[in-house]
Amino acid sequence: MKKKAIKDLIYKMADDELIIGHRNSEWTGLGPIIEEDISFSSMAQDKIGHALALYTILQETFGEPDPDTVAFLRPGKEFKCCHFTEMPNGEYDFSLIRHFLFDHAEKIRYEYLESSSEQNLVNLAKKITGELKYPVLHADTFIHQLGNGSEESHARLQTAINECFDQSLGIFELGEFEQELIDNKVFPGEKALRSRWFEEITPVLEGAKLKLPDIKNEEVGFGGRKGHHTEHLQPLLDEMSEVLTIDPETKW
Amino acid sequence: MITKQKINPSKTKILNALKEVKDPELPVISVIDLGLITGVRVVDSNTVKVSMAPTYTACPAIEIIKNSIKKKVESLGYGDVEVIVDKTVTWTTNRVSKKGKDALKNFGIAPPVKFKGELTQENMRLSSCPFCNSKNTTLNSPFGSALCRSIHYCYDCKQPFERFKPI
Repeated sequence: MKKKAIKDLIYKMADDELIIGHRNSEWTGLGPIIEEDISFSSMAQDKIGHALALYTILQETFGEPDPDTVAFLRPGKEFKCCHFTEMPNGEYDFSLIRHFLFDHAEKIRYEYLESSSEQNLVNLAKKITGELKYPVLHADTFIHQLGNGSEESHARLQTAINECFDQSLGIFELGEFEQELIDNKVFPGEKALRSRWFEEITPVLEGAKLKLPDIKNEEVGFGGRKGHHTEHLQPLLDEMSEVLTIDPETKW
Repeated sequence: MITKQKINPSKTKILNALKEVKDPELPVISVIDLGLITGVRVVDSNTVKVSMAPTYTACPAIEIIKNSIKKKVESLGYGDVEVIVDKTVTWTTNRVSKKGKDALKNFGIAPPVKFKGELTQENMRLSSCPFCNSKNTTLNSPFGSALCRSIHYCYDCKQPFERFKPI
């Protein structure tokens, strides 16, 4: 049973990383300035690398299929990513706010996992928390600069966070095995993660003169952890696996 | 009675050979000076196991580096060489040797400063220019042409430059 719970945790983490990584990669060639083009492309590489490391643990320790099969050939309903990661990039303001909100949660999750009872996750978490300092610093810096920038840049960020904040809480949707993960000291749980996340993002937003919106609907972004997705996931998966599915047996 | 543990001469030979294996993204620095090698075990006259810690989880060069290490050790006459990724050692830029740092600087990439675990805006921003050594520089972007590098600008010699970022 504990094995099933850990598998579920790793799948949702890996799927979040893969899908937001793919979204980040959609900025390649389109970034508003060259440095941001490079940043989102680098972060795409990072996130997809994290997904690969997690899928590799699933294969090596939990007997799941190889990472390419898991990433490219699973039907949408088997994905455990949250809705927030699936949303199209929209304008840069939304992408930046999502990067800020998601990466803080991701960082705290890996910090918790550094003291997990699951050794595979401890080793990986130690490595990834070091790397995540850069994307988090990147997000905080841009939120600060644009929040304190022009009237337009401030208004755009405030509108973006107002519109997506409820949905971002889908990151913390409880999984089926929540209590088991907590009892077995694998992970202190989504509630603990969410409250630390609030503590971390609040001062950054304040420094950028941005208001944390009131929560209107806690669960509007829920469903992803149970395999229910928005209409945006399937087209993303189709595009991501387009070349591979022409001939899945081809040797590269 | 064993008085002193002798360094295995074949191990020394392997370590020396590995000084010729470079990171494909940084062809001036060896896997030894990058601090990637975490262990070399000569099992018998035919079998060697090398363990390495990759720089970044998402480093695309891992497979290439593993293969280069394997080929290099095989060229010394070992038939059974295994290179494994060591997940128990966390690579940090503090593992880069003095020689490695000098090589980076000569190549035009500012070497990483000693990293004490906390990344501050300050140690991210402050970097000496690898061309003119000026400290009058700024950070343009924490992301550069490879995951391990950031982009900076020197106000004195008016050059953009990359830095091996401390992690």
